[in-house]
Amino acid sequence: MFYREAGDFKTSYPKDSQTFPIKLDRFGFFAVLFIGFAIIPFVLNDYWVNSVFLPFLIYAIAAIGLNLLVGYCGQVSLGTGGFMAVGAYACYKLMTGLDIWIGGVEYALPPINIVFSVILAGLITAIVGVLFGLPSLRIKGFYLAVATLAAQFFLVWLFNKWSWAYNYSSSGQINAPERSVFGVPVTGSNTEPWAVYLFCLVFLTVLALIARNLTRGSIGRKWMAIRDMDIAAEIIGVDPLKAKLSAFAVSSFFIGIAGALFFSVYLGAVEVGEVFGINKSFLVLFMVIIGGLGSIFGAFAGAAFLVLLPVFLKNTLVGGLGWPTDLAAHLEFMIVGGLIITFLILEPHGLAQLWRIIKEKLRLWPFPH
Amino acid sequence: MKMKLATLALGAVMAAGPAMAELVFPSLSYRTGPYAAGGIPFADGYADYFTLLNERDGGIGGEMIEVPECETAYNTEKGVECYEATKDLGSLVYQPLSTGITYQLIPKITADGIPMLTSGLGRTSAKNGAVFPWVFNFPANYWDGASVAIKHIIEEEGGDISGKKIALVYHNSAYGKEPIRTLEKLSEKHGYELTLQAVDHPGQEQKSQWLQIRRERPDYVIMYGWGVMNQVAIQEAVNIRFPMENFIGIWWSGSENDVKPAGDGAHGYKALTFHNLGDDYPLYDDLKKHVFDKDLAAGSGDQHGTAIYNRGLYAAMLVAEAAKTAQEIHDTSKITPAMMRDGMEALEMTEEKMESLGLPRFGPEFKVSCENHGGNGYAAIGQWDAKAGEWKLVTDYMQSDQEIVQPLIEADSMAYAEENGITPGCN
Repeated sequence: MFYREAGDFKTSYPKDSQTFPIKLDRFGFFAVLFIGFAIIPFVLNDYWVNSVFLPFLIYAIAAIGLNLLVGYCGQVSLGTGGFMAVGAYACYKLMTGLDIWIGGVEYALPPINIVFSVILAGLITAIVGVLFGLPSLRIKGFYLAVATLAAQFFLVWLFNKWSWAYNYSSSGQINAPERSVFGVPVTGSNTEPWAVYLFCLVFLTVLALIARNLTRGSIGRKWMAIRDMDIAAEIIGVDPLKAKLSAFAVSSFFIGIAGALFFSVYLGAVEVGEVFGINKSFLVLFMVIIGGLGSIFGAFAGAAFLVLLPVFLKNTLVGGLGWPTDLAAHLEFMIVGGLIITFLILEPHGLAQLWRIIKEKLRLWPFPH
Repeated sequence: MKMKLATLALGAVMAAGPAMAELVFPSLSYRTGPYAAGGIPFADGYADYFTLLNERDGGIGGEMIEVPECETAYNTEKGVECYEATKDLGSLVYQPLSTGITYQLIPKITADGIPMLTSGLGRTSAKNGAVFPWVFNFPANYWDGASVAIKHIIEEEGGDISGKKIALVYHNSAYGKEPIRTLEKLSEKHGYELTLQAVDHPGQEQKSQWLQIRRERPDYVIMYGWGVMNQVAIQEAVNIRFPMENFIGIWWSGSENDVKPAGDGAHGYKALTFHNLGDDYPLYDDLKKHVFDKDLAAGSGDQHGTAIYNRGLYAAMLVAEAAKTAQEIHDTSKITPAMMRDGMEALEMTEEKMESLGLPRFGPEFKVSCENHGGNGYAAIGQWDAKAGEWKLVTDYMQSDQEIVQPLIEADSMAYAEENGITPGCN
């Protein structure tokens, strides 16, 4: 009754093939945008932005990126942490002024504006992603997962070892200096909650729209064809080389941007082994799986689930019930783990499928056949 | 789903709302994860000392103390969450006990105006208070530790170590990398040969590093490890029959939890320390009377008297004394974080003071000033006696080689000032 396409007439092809063809969806989308851009920035404080919103926004970008690769193109990747590290270090080098040594002479670029640093960091990650995606042309499934796992370990090792990447600092840490957009600082210590929030939200919105439209277009269809059956896809004229590598490129671009934001805006200082380790790869993969493979909404839902749940549990158990912190931390692992298992048994296609079922039910409600 | 969780979380945060105690000393502890072996005793000692002050003296200067604890699991993201969750409670000083979290928090605490104390850890160049007004790292830092370890080796070798081989086994992170530059400078001065063996987080896998050590046969091994990495390294050293008295750990690699798993094999292992060991102090009698016997001890209460528990006590004692100093300077018992900073900058630890606190000869004497936030760099060497099951100090407190350490601190802090547009200055 409330959610239906009946009576929602389209009079032209563009209208019929728009992103959200159902009026209620469109309305919901704009409402979420309005809340996100016009209401939340005014009610934010430091705690909410740093422990809930920033991680959610940034993980959502990473999850969308990984979802394009795993969910849409069917190429399993465990290298997310490594690719995020590429984004972070590329962003660091660009925002502090890239120095290039040719024959012992230093050519230094001036520091690049943070917005372009982040975008360029994404592009650099895309190139690295394509390189590590090359094995996907020959191997599939678990074997590809192992190959991307190699990328994970290699990249973390590289950024620990290669002192040029961290500007030769004695500790091997990278620190984001203060950088601003239109005079408003978005990195460094003197940032306002709304500024960093909006900065990440703009990136997320633009990237999510790009992802949504890519997956609806010919590239996305090619990816899905490869995912569903690569031989059949090749027979009907999909070039696996282009499709797989473009999936790796686009996915790494997203993940690189997520890594750059994670370092520059969210954490401000990064130690590669600790922040971009194998755990990060698994976390983002879990987000994609719990959210729902092959769904942009799923990426959001998965990121929200895995970011919010631990914070919520911690606040309830320690803050609300006054339990010891170690007991709460251990219980948190068990509850999150238990929920993931229960959830995947009950709904193997993730939160996105749950959402689809709800919509399906609402279409028929209150008169199911 | 999302909205519902968010509302619930909001409710929980509201319910947890600030219980306004007068003096808040947050404890960003880690009782879980691969570093819990060090995190638990420290958090226990830190909490117990403040409980003692509350029970025995009624707080500091008549103000009760609250120690909200937040679990970081040594993880930087959780560290940020903990900092944001506790900073509005009126927190006076942070002691994160993690170099990674310290690096994260330095810009944040500087912007928010809350002091931080990182005794024997964190960013070494924060010793230069002209550049880092809010960060303190007395009484000793990582570079002091490296220098004192080399000094001890020189003593053992009778004054000359040129041509000797020294290996550094380090945690492959900001923490472990800190001493490398100092050790390189010292090797130029003393002519020893330095080899580096990095161990990746969390440090359970060290076979290849110790195979390399067995092959290269260094005369001494220095270790910068933490958590489970220490236990594994000591066990591996026992396995390759490395002479334990030539194996020297930094103070974070010198707890009972690190040596006990290796049993008798660990006998003779050495570790640095910047405070005394054992529980033979009048303070422990007070702790027993006012805290342990009343069942108020933090954690499971099985860490009393261990090296890192003592460090927790020491850390709490230093900030408590700084709070007292701040109360005297500003003539009010209700101090703010900014006043706390003044107290820390004016802190003077003397033998009489420590004796009156029930901790005679517990740590070095030092006086903090704006130019020197890091004390004088004294440390001693403790040795593990596996038969008696205790650490024993085998040297006096030695000062680090200031000729080497001081210029490095100057250079590194100035580089930071330049990078971040800070004008160094003491006012």
